[in-house]
Amino acid sequence: MAYDKFTVLISTAVPLPIENVDTDQIIPARFLKATERKGFGEALFRDWRYNNDDSPKEDFVLNNPKYNGKILVAGKNFGCGSSREHAVWSIYDYGFRCVISSFFADIFRNNCLNIGVLPAQVSDDFLDKIFKAIEADENTHIEVNLPEQTVTIMATGESESFAINGYKKNNMLNGYDDIDFLQSLKGDIQTFTATRPF
Amino acid sequence: MSEPKSLFEKVWDAHVVKRIEDGPDVLFIDRHFIHEVTSPVAFLSMEQRGLNVLYPERTFATADHNTPTINQHLPVEDPLSANQLAALETNTSKYGISHWGLGHYKNGIVHVVGPENGITLPGMTIVCGDSHTSTHGAFGAIAFGIGTSEVEMVLTSQCIMQPRPKKMRITINGKVHASVLPKDVILYIISKISASGATGYFVEYAGDVFSDMSMEGRMTVCNMSIEMGARGGMIAPDEKTISYIKGREFTPKGEAFEILEKYWATLKTDEGASFDKEYVFDASDIEPMITYGTNPGLGIAISKPIPQPDEVLDGKASYLKSLDYMGFNVGESMIGKNVDYVFLGSCTNGRIEDFRQFAAVVKGRKKADNVIVWLVPGSHQVEDQIKAEGILDIITEAGFELRQPGCSACLAMNDDKIPAGKYAVSTSNRNFEGRQGPGARTMLASPLVAAAAAVTGKVTDPRTLLN
Repeated sequence: MAYDKFTVLISTAVPLPIENVDTDQIIPARFLKATERKGFGEALFRDWRYNNDDSPKEDFVLNNPKYNGKILVAGKNFGCGSSREHAVWSIYDYGFRCVISSFFADIFRNNCLNIGVLPAQVSDDFLDKIFKAIEADENTHIEVNLPEQTVTIMATGESESFAINGYKKNNMLNGYDDIDFLQSLKGDIQTFTATRPF
Repeated sequence: MSEPKSLFEKVWDAHVVKRIEDGPDVLFIDRHFIHEVTSPVAFLSMEQRGLNVLYPERTFATADHNTPTINQHLPVEDPLSANQLAALETNTSKYGISHWGLGHYKNGIVHVVGPENGITLPGMTIVCGDSHTSTHGAFGAIAFGIGTSEVEMVLTSQCIMQPRPKKMRITINGKVHASVLPKDVILYIISKISASGATGYFVEYAGDVFSDMSMEGRMTVCNMSIEMGARGGMIAPDEKTISYIKGREFTPKGEAFEILEKYWATLKTDEGASFDKEYVFDASDIEPMITYGTNPGLGIAISKPIPQPDEVLDGKASYLKSLDYMGFNVGESMIGKNVDYVFLGSCTNGRIEDFRQFAAVVKGRKKADNVIVWLVPGSHQVEDQIKAEGILDIITEAGFELRQPGCSACLAMNDDKIPAGKYAVSTSNRNFEGRQGPGARTMLASPLVAAAAAVTGKVTDPRTLLN
């Protein structure tokens, strides 16, 4: 099933300068009980975003009207812990198309790439520059350029490249996914299966 | 002589169907476990694409994440949980996948029942939509957690697309003290290399400490590999591994087993194989451990004070936020801290050995009045063993009750939630904010430390009760 194509994204960004944000924070387990993929945006950062009585926590960044955009900028080791793809679904459903961090957990990174959210990993120094740029002006635009594999702070022109393998890059540029690709290998897979000892 | 290979490379390379240039490997998956929470959307999406399950005999289903741990004979009260359980039942029966649902005598936590029934074997690739799939690495398998899109890939093609991780080896030689359990060993390792220190790597555990461990202990260690960011961890199969799997229901029998035994004997790291990163620790440095923060890397020897910000690998702001959530201060001792709840169970410590350790401490003692204690076996087989070995009598005499199998308070998807602000000593694997219920404060520890807390009502060094 194709997902949105990703080429160049220019947007303001929402800063979350916290390290080791685990997927239980991104979406707590009690919101994993759906049997369909819809409506997860409301559960994004649920316990950081809302009080027990469902009133918004005013000091949380998603509740601050100053910050908007399709890019989430987060501290290092973002998405660690549980493999729940619901975490990425909630990020996507909320409206983000790209997460920038200086380090991503492996499963989270794969989950992002599998549904078309771009995980752009930059250096600690550059991440710090992005946070500072947003702090100085919340209307700062960030350009995430997939063909060029660069992240640029538009106001200053400062730029850094990020890595993505050629196969996944091509998938994202065209909205292809692995499931379709694997279907095209079915013959190879069946031949391989016949050789398995168990 | 061919190039020396690590255990990981031998197993990985044997499963590559195709290498993609400048891309991930197409990796064949021998065994796929599914449960009620991360599989429904995969089935739905598969059907929307008009695809089918390619090899239903390679997928096994159990209900565990949101099942109740009392009154399992009654209908599940929470409609959303009941809906997920029904979806698993429908999907598995529609596609001919074996399903050990709630009430089935083989039901239990996916990472407990897989090995228990001989579904997990050395040299396999094993995945599940659950990050603690790394547990199965204890058998010399490459096992790791995947997302729901990947669950759909495995259902429809028995393969996933994976970049090959880097290789790490963690070696611990020497002997650990009797009060130091496998849980302490892995908490010690994570405290040394941090909650992200092994991200991008697949770990091999080597050395005396892991050779000396039981299979249950090895599962505890491999289970928490993900808590330092590793995709998985594995231990080379040996005689203990072979004798554990022999004769179990799904283990091949007779000649087929003998042929596999010869293959399994080759599954070890060759002399001279290279690793991208190596750590070496000394068994004698490890003490009973406990965590004080909100990621599993924030653990210390139970007798030590809570470290200063410059002594930990996390950034200062995140570290202080973590202590603030826990209601702890830098420099405080963990010993004597109040405990409201104790949880023994989960895919980390819900096996028979864990209950034996717990019983050894509580025998002849009484449950402390101020604690609520949840003892949750990982499966019905564990539950049966607890009864057969007389452990149930010991814990009942001490004032505890045994619940029914499931993931329970490890992730609190069912009613087993720690209330906001309360402190739990938990044998599970994650101390994240709200993991055991909104506002819950978790201290991860071994079954011995859990038992010591259960009878004293506070954080207690188990060595003071074992002598």
